[in-house]
Amino acid sequence: MDCYTANWNPLGDSAFYRKYELYSMDWDLKEELRDCLVAAAPYGGPIALLRNPWRKEKAASVRPVLDIYSASGMPLASLLWKSGPVVSLGWSAEEELLCVQEDGAVLVYGLHGDFRRHFSMGNEVLQNRVLDARIFHTEFGSGVAILTGAHRFTLSANVGDLKLRRMPEVPGLQSAPSCWTTLCQDRVAHILLAVGPDLYLLDHAACSAVTPPGLAPGVSSFLQMAVSFTYRHLALFTDTGYIWMGTASLKEKLCEFNCNIRAPPKQMVWCSRPRSKERAVVVAWERRLMVVGDAPESIQFVLDEDSYLVPELDGVRIFSRSTHEFLHEVPAASEEIFKIASMAPGALLLEAQKEYEKESQKADEYLREIQELGQLTQAVQQCIEAAGHEHQPDMQKSLLRAASFGKCFLDRFPPDSFVCMCQDLRVLNAVRDYHIGIPLTYSQYKQLTIQVLLDRLVLRRLYPLAIQICEYLRLPEVQGVSRILAHWACYKVQQKDVSDEDVARAINQKLGDTPGVSYSDIAARAYGCGRTELAIKLLEYEPRSGEQVPLLLKMKRSKLALSKAIESGDTDLVFTVLLHLKNELNRGDFFMTLRNQPMALSLYRQFCKHQELETLKDLYNQDDNHQELGSFHIRASYATEERIEGRVAALQTAADAFYKAKNEFAAKATEDQMRLLRLQRRLEDELGGQFLDLSLHDTVTTLILGGHNKRAEQLARDFRIPDKRLWWLKLTALADLEDWEELEKFSKSKKSPIGYLPFVEICMKQHNKYEAKKYASRVGPEQKVKALLLVGDVAQAADVAIEHRNEAELSLVLSHCTGATDGATADKIQRARAQAQKK
Amino acid sequence: MAFPHRPDAPELPDFSMLKRLARDQLIYLLEQLPGKKDLFIEADLMSPLDRIANVSILKQHEVDKLYKVENKPALSSSEQLCFLVRPRIKNMRYIANLVNADKLAGRTRKYKVIFSPQKFYACEMVLEEEGIYGDVSCDEWAFSLLPLDVDLLSMELPEFFRDYFLEGDQRWINTVAQALHLLSTLYGSFPNCYGIGRCAKMSYELWRKLEEEEDGETKGRRPEIGHIFLLDRDMDFVTALCSQVVYEGLVDDTFRIKCGSVDFGPEVTSSDKSLKVLLNAEDKVFNEIRNEHFSNVFGFLSQKARNLQAQYDRRRGMDIKQMKNFVSQELKGLKQEHRLLSLHIGACESIMKKKTKQDFQELIKTEHALLEGFNIRESTSYIEEHIDRQVSPIESLRLMCLLSITENAELPSLQSYGPEHLLTFSNLRRAGLLTEQAPGDTLTAVESKVSKLVTDKAAGKITDAFSSLAKRSNFRAISKKLNLIPRVDGEYDLKVPRDMAYVFSGAYVPLSCRIIEQVLERRSWQGLDEVVRLLNCSEFAFTDMTKDDRASSESLRLILVVFLGGCTFSEISALRFLGREKGYRFIFLTTAVTNSARLMEAMSEVKA
Repeated sequence: MDCYTANWNPLGDSAFYRKYELYSMDWDLKEELRDCLVAAAPYGGPIALLRNPWRKEKAASVRPVLDIYSASGMPLASLLWKSGPVVSLGWSAEEELLCVQEDGAVLVYGLHGDFRRHFSMGNEVLQNRVLDARIFHTEFGSGVAILTGAHRFTLSANVGDLKLRRMPEVPGLQSAPSCWTTLCQDRVAHILLAVGPDLYLLDHAACSAVTPPGLAPGVSSFLQMAVSFTYRHLALFTDTGYIWMGTASLKEKLCEFNCNIRAPPKQMVWCSRPRSKERAVVVAWERRLMVVGDAPESIQFVLDEDSYLVPELDGVRIFSRSTHEFLHEVPAASEEIFKIASMAPGALLLEAQKEYEKESQKADEYLREIQELGQLTQAVQQCIEAAGHEHQPDMQKSLLRAASFGKCFLDRFPPDSFVCMCQDLRVLNAVRDYHIGIPLTYSQYKQLTIQVLLDRLVLRRLYPLAIQICEYLRLPEVQGVSRILAHWACYKVQQKDVSDEDVARAINQKLGDTPGVSYSDIAARAYGCGRTELAIKLLEYEPRSGEQVPLLLKMKRSKLALSKAIESGDTDLVFTVLLHLKNELNRGDFFMTLRNQPMALSLYRQFCKHQELETLKDLYNQDDNHQELGSFHIRASYATEERIEGRVAALQTAADAFYKAKNEFAAKATEDQMRLLRLQRRLEDELGGQFLDLSLHDTVTTLILGGHNKRAEQLARDFRIPDKRLWWLKLTALADLEDWEELEKFSKSKKSPIGYLPFVEICMKQHNKYEAKKYASRVGPEQKVKALLLVGDVAQAADVAIEHRNEAELSLVLSHCTGATDGATADKIQRARAQAQKK
Repeated sequence: MAFPHRPDAPELPDFSMLKRLARDQLIYLLEQLPGKKDLFIEADLMSPLDRIANVSILKQHEVDKLYKVENKPALSSSEQLCFLVRPRIKNMRYIANLVNADKLAGRTRKYKVIFSPQKFYACEMVLEEEGIYGDVSCDEWAFSLLPLDVDLLSMELPEFFRDYFLEGDQRWINTVAQALHLLSTLYGSFPNCYGIGRCAKMSYELWRKLEEEEDGETKGRRPEIGHIFLLDRDMDFVTALCSQVVYEGLVDDTFRIKCGSVDFGPEVTSSDKSLKVLLNAEDKVFNEIRNEHFSNVFGFLSQKARNLQAQYDRRRGMDIKQMKNFVSQELKGLKQEHRLLSLHIGACESIMKKKTKQDFQELIKTEHALLEGFNIRESTSYIEEHIDRQVSPIESLRLMCLLSITENAELPSLQSYGPEHLLTFSNLRRAGLLTEQAPGDTLTAVESKVSKLVTDKAAGKITDAFSSLAKRSNFRAISKKLNLIPRVDGEYDLKVPRDMAYVFSGAYVPLSCRIIEQVLERRSWQGLDEVVRLLNCSEFAFTDMTKDDRASSESLRLILVVFLGGCTFSEISALRFLGREKGYRFIFLTTAVTNSARLMEAMSEVKA
């Protein structure tokens, strides 16, 4: 194991740094890196190279080439740069390539060289040109900061939600700053710049001069500055070869170092690990790499080739034409285990396991040693943790084997940390594979989360691997497999060379009814690519109509949308489509469409009834629905029209409509109503009082009550009120008037068509027993008993009933007999009954 | 008394959960508008709201003053206004007027509209057209199920009937589907589903779709309710048109039960003020008489009164200790019972008085004659007289509809009631409450009447014009097929009913209830093809065997009956009776409790 620490370099007393190779690069570069614009995304992201950028200006005919490679140097895309000169390249957090042009336009490309969109950094930038640009990452997303030719800064903290901010001017700034960087404090992006010996901090309100505490004297200019991955620390490199390291707030100095090299470094980046106390900065010159920290000595490496540094969360990636390496601080767990002569529990456990494999009894000794100290749990944990930080699968395996071995001697060791680590490493090894080329470390992976890693795999169109990972980790379908399938489908619809049918079928075969897959999203994508037919085919698979309809509307398939909406049974959806149609089609076509969809039609009618009465009329007209049209005008005759002429006119229209509808009954009734209205008007004029809007019945009643008997009779004749009804009407009215004389006259005018029982009833209602009795005598024989009972003549009623020999009548009378007064009558009835039964 | 539940009758699920859910949601919505606010409530929502959250709960959540939404300017001075309304265009205009008036006056306030049970796109559009969409915030209070009683859930949507069956507006179907979905989430999904009618089918399908979209969670639950039966009101109008003679139905017909409670006027309370009484299973006296035929109620009440007196009398022979016991434990209950008893006796008297005045016996006799299909001529002239007397237009309309459906005949008499009823007639026809005489049918007295009103030629044309589009009623044939008119040997004993016909004095088994009975017996529609054809409705049945297996035998005897368009108390009583006979328990879900008068009013056109 001695050789294992060979690549460990101590920095000071407490920390080791190691550098190991991730990949040997596959990319076969012809140029030197220094001849290219280089951008590499963090978290093992892709590398973009722009060869022959404009500033070289060797030959105008040679257009620059933009190449995108994976971290292992596998080519992902290559395109000829046809736009303006590029100042700076950078990757956003979503792994989109941002190319900042000299004119301030930012072009956004996807991982596969597909152009996404572009935006401008504003007029001021356009006028003064871009001198320098940085892409930086904050918790809001990715930002762009630009230094213009007028030495002013413009920045946007989030390119996804572009808000340009022009930073205040630095007073007396004549030339470009020697170096600058973006800081992010309190969720606000600042700019720190160095001009000669002075440092200025720009926030959106003001420019303030700052001095780092404890800065060595004699600095006349700052050559390079670096801010750490988490924006917590800042390093400054001065022209005296002195490096100051402190907090980014410039409130505290951590350490300093003098490297005595006055040449400006090519790059300077922080190399620290989260939760570690060690701070170190990696400085690169042409042929030299130096790790400096809180120690009098530095670690030095020789660079054989032109190299490029990529700061990461827990270290620095260094790639050159031939190799890709990772430099980081050895994590505590690994250090404990592998440090020479370490007696840490993990180290002993690893040793024990090795001896055990050699079948040596030493294994027991080691194990005993750990157990005696009661450190077995800790040992296992250490081994698991260290395994996570190892790059080589062999080493991971032996550490995990040791952990597993140690676990056997523990009673209650929760298995999840071991299981999770095995799973995580399996995933990590898979994505670190040369062909995939995402060299994530365990810490980065944890920071990134599996969801984002899956997104990145999807972005690289590595669908099978992503699905395998989901299945391996048993992620819920909605988050895992189906999400990836949906992405795959969205990619699939962009394959223009495959026919619509084939694409639709292929997608449906793969996706089926997988929960959480939205066919409408895929269809929207297809529509976005101009494949409307495919979109419609895909929408057929969408089970939720609510999702189908908006897209169909967008694609101007309104009629299809309407039938889909109706199928869904969701009236709101139907209504949305209706209003859309109403604006899109001319009125005639709109009505025709409605005509074929009764459900939509009734819905729209309901709406019109409340909001657009005129439209309602047009609708009926269009359909030649004369019946409804008639009803409409009838309603208008009493609801909307005020003047009598208008009302009559409305009724006339209604009557015409009813005739057209062959509803003569309604037409006749309407005409009657017109006549009545006119008549009522005349009555009001001639007699005064209220007649309008009374029904015919009430009109006649009112006339009688007013003593206009002649008129009443005339009216009844005109409107052919049936005799029976007229009699009832007159009877009630006269009784109400208590005009008993007239009533009697009326009763004698001719034989009553309703008989005389009603007379008795009505008189009794007015409590006029005297009058009632008059009529009771005239009631026909079959109702006589009832009439007599009504006037309260029980005895006579009994007589009549006995005479009729009617059992029902007898019991009716009996039920009216009240004990005390009608005792005799009751007896009489009982006797009659008995007699009847005898017979 | 009468019929206690069989000992093996299944327990009803606890529906009070629905109330709690609705209350919590309302409180959440009110809290969304922090600070003091005035609440404007639509009149139709007041009673349901009262059953969910009383004023003190509203006050707790900083509701300052309460207003009714009506066509009057509101004098609220609060800085925050909250509207609790049904999604109707009329209400939107009201709100728009209020907001626009504020704008004119240069006043800025916060407005929040809470739609119950859901908002409609049309409403939002009106707000937009009125230019206030940006000024108000909209929310939904998904309060669609109000438990009126232990076995009765109401959606309190009386407009469902008119909207769907007259206007063909399907927007409430979604609400029904949501409500069913809520029930199946709370009480497990239903293994057996049956239904009849177009609306039932659409609701069912929409509900299924909702269940499919939200998979997983409910699937594991054991179903608490074994069957669900959906039916459209329009397949049985007859039952709803008949006068009710079961106590609860009579109370509804006479005093109008509103949202499970009734206002007894001074003539009932025998004091000078009216009293609002909650009518449900908690009212012990009412619970025993609600399903009884009215002829038994009086006897029962007097018996009850005697028992009560006897219990009061017991205290005579008591010693101090017993007396103390009596006062502390029993007296309160007795007093309560006493109060209820006197109320119901009062109600009975009042009903009797009203009914004898209108010659109730004659009316019932006519209805029975119509149902049985004899003495048509007499019935017709009775109805004519009814019209001639101008008793009540609604009553006359009801009788005409009954006559028309049972006999396929019509009796137009517009003169008496004014032109707007021409529209009412056309509404009734469209909804199938008035059917047209098919040509060739026997000429009844009614038709000769028609020809007297207009010319003979016109009369023929009327029938021609309508027979094409009108639904023909097959009531007579259905009645025969399903044996709806029980053969009576001697007197029907209303005290010990034999079948569901007791709810109509033994003269008629409610069609809707008979169909439910038949389908449940067969557990399918098999053998009912002819009836379905005559009803002219589509039917469906669905059994999920996997769920059926998991369901306990107890839950399989619980049946949820969904009435789309409303059900009457008579139907509820009839099914409660059926349940007791067969050991089922029925749960009722209705869009609203209805009766004949409400049906007619829904169809009437009134002058604004």
